[in-house]
Amino acid sequence: MKRLARMAGVGALIAMGMTAQADPVDDTLILNEETDMVTRTAAPAHLSDRFDEVMSGWLFRGDETRIMQADDFDNPGMIFVEQAMEAWETAEGTEGKSCASCHNDIDSMAGVKATYPKWNEAAGEVRTLQMQVNDCRTNRMGAEAWKYDKGDAINMEAALASVSRGLPVNVAIDGPAQSTWEQGKELYYTRMGQLELSCSNCHEDNYGRMIRADHLSQGQINGFPVYRLKNTKLNGSHSRFKGCIRDTRAETFAPGSPEFVALELYVASRGNGLSVEGPSVRN
Amino acid sequence: MKILGTVAGAAALLATVAVAEIIAPTNVSFDDGAIAASLTGAPGDPAEGRDIVGNKKKGNCVACHQVSDLAEVPFQGEIGPMLDGAGERWTEAELRGIVANAKVMFEDSMMPSFYKTEGFIRPGNAYTGEAADDTFGPILTAQQIEDVVAYLATLKE
Ligand code: HEC
Ligand code: HEC
Repeated sequence: MKRLARMAGVGALIAMGMTAQADPVDDTLILNEETDMVTRTAAPAHLSDRFDEVMSGWLFRGDETRIMQADDFDNPGMIFVEQAMEAWETAEGTEGKSCASCHNDIDSMAGVKATYPKWNEAAGEVRTLQMQVNDCRTNRMGAEAWKYDKGDAINMEAALASVSRGLPVNVAIDGPAQSTWEQGKELYYTRMGQLELSCSNCHEDNYGRMIRADHLSQGQINGFPVYRLKNTKLNGSHSRFKGCIRDTRAETFAPGSPEFVALELYVASRGNGLSVEGPSVRN
Repeated sequence: MKILGTVAGAAALLATVAVAEIIAPTNVSFDDGAIAASLTGAPGDPAEGRDIVGNKKKGNCVACHQVSDLAEVPFQGEIGPMLDGAGERWTEAELRGIVANAKVMFEDSMMPSFYKTEGFIRPGNAYTGEAADDTFGPILTAQQIEDVVAYLATLKE
């Protein structure tokens, strides 16, 4: 009896905590005053037992950060996109080719980012966009592979994202990609590290609440790469995963590792239907 | 010379006594989620406990809980229930159990286990992202757990 009464007390307290929840803002993102972005939408079917709605991380950021992302002139991430646009045209490697030699204008890549990570039939594996770019560099250009989530690689990913902005994320989770997707899902729900926290503990069970000074979002990656005011550069989703896992007092994984490729596919699929927003702005 | 030697001897004795009484994380026994006896064999220090609860580098309990008594600590989280009145809702033994390993009292709780050293998946070396090495220990020491329990016991509404 005593225990029951107490447990009920805790339940009531938790319920009160919910009403005090710092909700996502009620705001709409219109990019450059012309492109309507979908920042909240019905959850994809595979997630409907968990969420009614999926929401972009944009809705959980402060006014200034949100405004910065809404206009390319104010978005510091666009400087890195411009650098990558130059790299797109620059011949490199033993074949004397640039990206443009094979793909023409980068606008031809509109829609590509929205479908990655994606199964590559010839390679027999799920590949992220950065892996695909490195495949072009090493096999078609005779150039060196770029380091995962580092300068050139992340800038190019941002450039490729930028030409897909406004299009819905639409990664395939069935067929040959399914087993990789399952691996990512398993990792997402694994309580790791000495703090025994899974991605879902923070981003599914507690989004909208404050964890110390941070307003928890759903941990979506439709806005990646993100420009962070904190380190003034573009950051990749694998680097974000690495940081979140490190914060559980766990041995983390490396950007580009098979674990993070699988996790990227799974997390991307949780955002199916949201607009591609990269490069977005975060604190 | 002789006096010094005696003092050193007494200190050594005291140290052995204190060490002998500490219950190791692997030896803690729970009764209905509670731990009856002090982990150090002595009462904790509530002032020290207050610091541990609010300090980011120690317990960092305020990452998830709000505590009105710690009003000077900015950015208190809202994941767990407010701790105001915890000392009324729970006995000292229950508080000790919750802080040491909340998952015994609350199944599948998100609250980390502060006095546990086994059964982790990919345990790391604090917040480095590297694998745990042989310095791996509980997040809080037995003394710190007792200090936190002593502090929580003062939280009455
Ligand atoms: C202890 C809590 C915690 C855990 C566990 C955690 N995260 Fe996070 N995560 C945060 C916080 C805090 C932020 C920054 C605020 C935000 O965007 O939610 C964040 C941000 C993110 C972002 C950036 C979102 C954006 O819009 O910029 C992604 C993506 C993310 N997390 C994914 C993950 C994944 C995947 C895992 C598991 C491998 C994970 N997180 C585990 C706390 C956590
Ligand atoms: C990552 C989140 C998190 C952290 C960190 C955390 N807790 Fe908790 N705590 C919770 C949750 C969630 C509950 C609610 C119990 C449940 O899981 O149902 C809880 C419950 C409690 C309760 C019982 C609730 C009540 O007041 O009636 C106490 C006492 C408590 N925590 C103390 C602490 C102390 C002390 C620390 C730090 C040493 C701490 N917590 C750190 C999440 C956390």
